[in-house]
Amino acid sequence: MAPTSTGSAVTAAGGSLRRSRPRYGERVIEILLLIAALVSVATTIGILIAVFVPAQEFFAKISFKEFFTGTRWTPLFSDPSYGVLPLVAATLVVTLLAMLVAIPLGLGAAVYLSEYAADRTRSILKPALEILAGIPTVVYGFFALKGITPLLQDIWPFGQGPRVFNALVAGFVMGIMIIPTVASLSEDAMSAVPRTLRDGAYALGSSKMLVATRIVVPAAVSGIIAAFVLGFSRAIGETMIVTIAGGGQANLSWNPLEGMLTMTAFIAQAGSGDVPVGSIDYKTIFAVASLLFLITFALNLFSIRLVRKFREVYE
Amino acid sequence: MTATLPNPTRLPQQPDLRGTRRPIRETVFRVCLQASLLIAVSFLAVLLVYVVWTALPRLDMDLLRNMPSTLRPGTAGAQSAIMGTLWVITLTALFTVPIGVMSAIYLEEYADQAKWWNRMIEINIQNLAAVPSIVYGILGLGVIARRLGLGLTVLSAAITLSLLVLPVVIISAREAIRAVPSSIRFGSLALGATKWQTIWKQVLPAAVPGTATGSILALSRAIGEAAPLLLLGALAYISFNPDGVLSQFTVLPVQIYDFIKQSREEFVPLASAAIVVLLVLLLAMNSIAIFLRNKFQRRW
Repeated sequence: MAPTSTGSAVTAAGGSLRRSRPRYGERVIEILLLIAALVSVATTIGILIAVFVPAQEFFAKISFKEFFTGTRWTPLFSDPSYGVLPLVAATLVVTLLAMLVAIPLGLGAAVYLSEYAADRTRSILKPALEILAGIPTVVYGFFALKGITPLLQDIWPFGQGPRVFNALVAGFVMGIMIIPTVASLSEDAMSAVPRTLRDGAYALGSSKMLVATRIVVPAAVSGIIAAFVLGFSRAIGETMIVTIAGGGQANLSWNPLEGMLTMTAFIAQAGSGDVPVGSIDYKTIFAVASLLFLITFALNLFSIRLVRKFREVYE
Repeated sequence: MTATLPNPTRLPQQPDLRGTRRPIRETVFRVCLQASLLIAVSFLAVLLVYVVWTALPRLDMDLLRNMPSTLRPGTAGAQSAIMGTLWVITLTALFTVPIGVMSAIYLEEYADQAKWWNRMIEINIQNLAAVPSIVYGILGLGVIARRLGLGLTVLSAAITLSLLVLPVVIISAREAIRAVPSSIRFGSLALGATKWQTIWKQVLPAAVPGTATGSILALSRAIGEAAPLLLLGALAYISFNPDGVLSQFTVLPVQIYDFIKQSREEFVPLASAAIVVLLVLLLAMNSIAIFLRNKFQRRW
């Protein structure tokens, strides 16, 4: 990545020798552009309002304690119970499974693309990974439910196999979906490692593998961790795969062969149903969404910070 | 270079500088790396083959001609969903590309990085890019559809998707603008052009290919999104095409989701066939993006 002298250098335009008449048109344009840039700020504010205002109404009725420590999630039953733990646990199970797939495969792909692959191989494999990233998640969900799960049920060697809806296949497919995210960000970090570090290691007699594992990966570690964190955050927020293949019953269990309801799947399920607007059932959607937003927000900020750090070191 | 070789007795021979010690470990490592890529790519291949294979019985004109139906999966189509997708994505492009490019111009050409609010806008955009799409659905439902009163319409869906992909458009447009060398700007300014004339006549035309490519890729992400539109009342099995921005609608990913939810076996080929239509749409958009990139990309 070449060091870029950004457009800020151009702002010296004011240094003309003779002050010309003020250009109001230029000023108006600048303000219009600023307004466009503020749309994204307004989006954030809109999200905060949309999520937290109804969530606060929810917590006026249901205590924090019940929400965060309850182990039963049955908001739509006649005897409702609002313990979010089953949803959080399900999200964790699926996400950890996904990371178990995405971290080794994504990192391996990144090391290969950055350190081993010839230009020609890269020019084929990188677009293939981009295609993988571009497949709609509803397609992944379909493949998980109708393609992989029946196959797995047929060949399952011991005892009772996975249910029709299960966390295992949802997590695995989600892991594959996240590989491109992990791979492309880690590869960026590895390409930013200066050549001189590699050359130094080669000069000391290191083999290619040693250079990759002892020099490049450690030198790029903050960027690689940022990639993992961002992948993790994407896995937590991913909705369609778990909605389609993960099951629709809240289930506090650590057995990935069973179906379980993640936070996102609950939001999608309840939000697309006929829950009456304004009821407490309707507000549960926003309570869960606020928790989801806070978790992913924290992870994203952490990841953004790490990326800045490795950029500062090498650029 | 007087490197100490592992075995001095071998010196008289041709000095073998390539490590002879652990070829096996090296090979195994390399094969593992290749395998991780291979797994990802072959998953993609199997998925595509599976979808096309199961779709074969239903890849016919009925798919485009007929409306979705729960009663007649054998002849049901996805016309209203295809039309809905086209409506929504066209509107999304109209909203998100101008705003995204304008934001990018502001951030690249005007914003003073020393000011805290400009840094805040930047971090905010980076963070928005990673907010789960279902949260945008909540935004669409709670603010756009209800508070602003736009209802569960094509317009609400397009605004929601525009905001969802806006960060991606901004980031790619910024990269395209940044790639235009400063010498172009200085030359224009030196000839007496104002700042805006420089941007409008010099910088933007040079940044069009990169911006267009990035925008198309962002829009192809929007086409595949189902989660936010589920919340926005994209009803499946709508038997009419949208007739305006305030019309009710459904889109392909949501319709596919509803086909998948049906338990009867006949819906599997139907879902696959609808997926093939969606993938063909995506393929077309990506081809345009790649074509633009190859045809107009300039190396400075």
